[in-house]
Amino acid sequence: MTTNTAAVRSLSAARAETLKAAFVALFIGLGLVYGAGFANSQSVHDAAHDSRHALSFPCH
Amino acid sequence: MITRLLAAGLIAGVVAGLAVAGLQHVTTTPLILAAEVYETAQHAHDAAEAAGPAWEGLSRTAATSLATVAVSTGYALILLAGMLFSGEAIGPRRAALWGACAFAATGLATSLGLAPQLPGAAETDLAGRQIWWVATAASTGAGLFALLRLEATAAKLFGAALIVAPQFFWPTPAAPESTVPAELAARFAAASLTVQGLCWVLAGALAGLAWRLVSQDETETA
Repeated sequence: MTTNTAAVRSLSAARAETLKAAFVALFIGLGLVYGAGFANSQSVHDAAHDSRHALSFPCH
Repeated sequence: MITRLLAAGLIAGVVAGLAVAGLQHVTTTPLILAAEVYETAQHAHDAAEAAGPAWEGLSRTAATSLATVAVSTGYALILLAGMLFSGEAIGPRRAALWGACAFAATGLATSLGLAPQLPGAAETDLAGRQIWWVATAASTGAGLFALLRLEATAAKLFGAALIVAPQFFWPTPAAPESTVPAELAARFAAASLTVQGLCWVLAGALAGLAWRLVSQDETETA
């Protein structure tokens, strides 16, 4: 019984660790796509321009 | 865990990004350059601003490749995060399928309302188009997840509704004014979708592979 509870606790701790890492990855991933694909700053737009068009992001 | 995840995303993103950048160099970029000839004829003042052609070409290719690597890394991290959230076993095949679904959301669904455009094509307000694009991609992605991964009939119906709904709100197309030949624009739209599809699937497959490799490393050393 005690072992079971401990196992469950360590399993949920592992799940929490996984979710935390997934949140960090999602945040960085969305940030990268936003920066390269959407950011309105003129210099970022100019540098990423051809790539934005080539990857079908909305651009002008 | 975080380090392992970021490492897998970075490795996959850099390799996939460089491969896709190579593909862009021979498919989409020549079409953009060809379209710019027509565009410059339209706005003659832009030609005077051009720097030395060789240096400009090189730095432009470098900037484009860097942006593509950034997007691929972002795609790889988003796919890995999504698979971890939903408790998916991460391997190259499953991750490539997730990439294909993501492409259906950000490439196919969005291109119905906003066809990929060559530079210089007539366009409406950028912010409005970006908002519709993001909303459509998110809604379609969530809808696909509900359809493919949830069992309840109600969830599947809701998923189908999420996929269809954004298509009722297409942005108003701009009045055509481009002098670029339609043949170039058509080739570009097709090439652009192919490049984006490859970017997602390759980022996914390599992220799955890299995840497996870094996880093995950790199991062996532990």
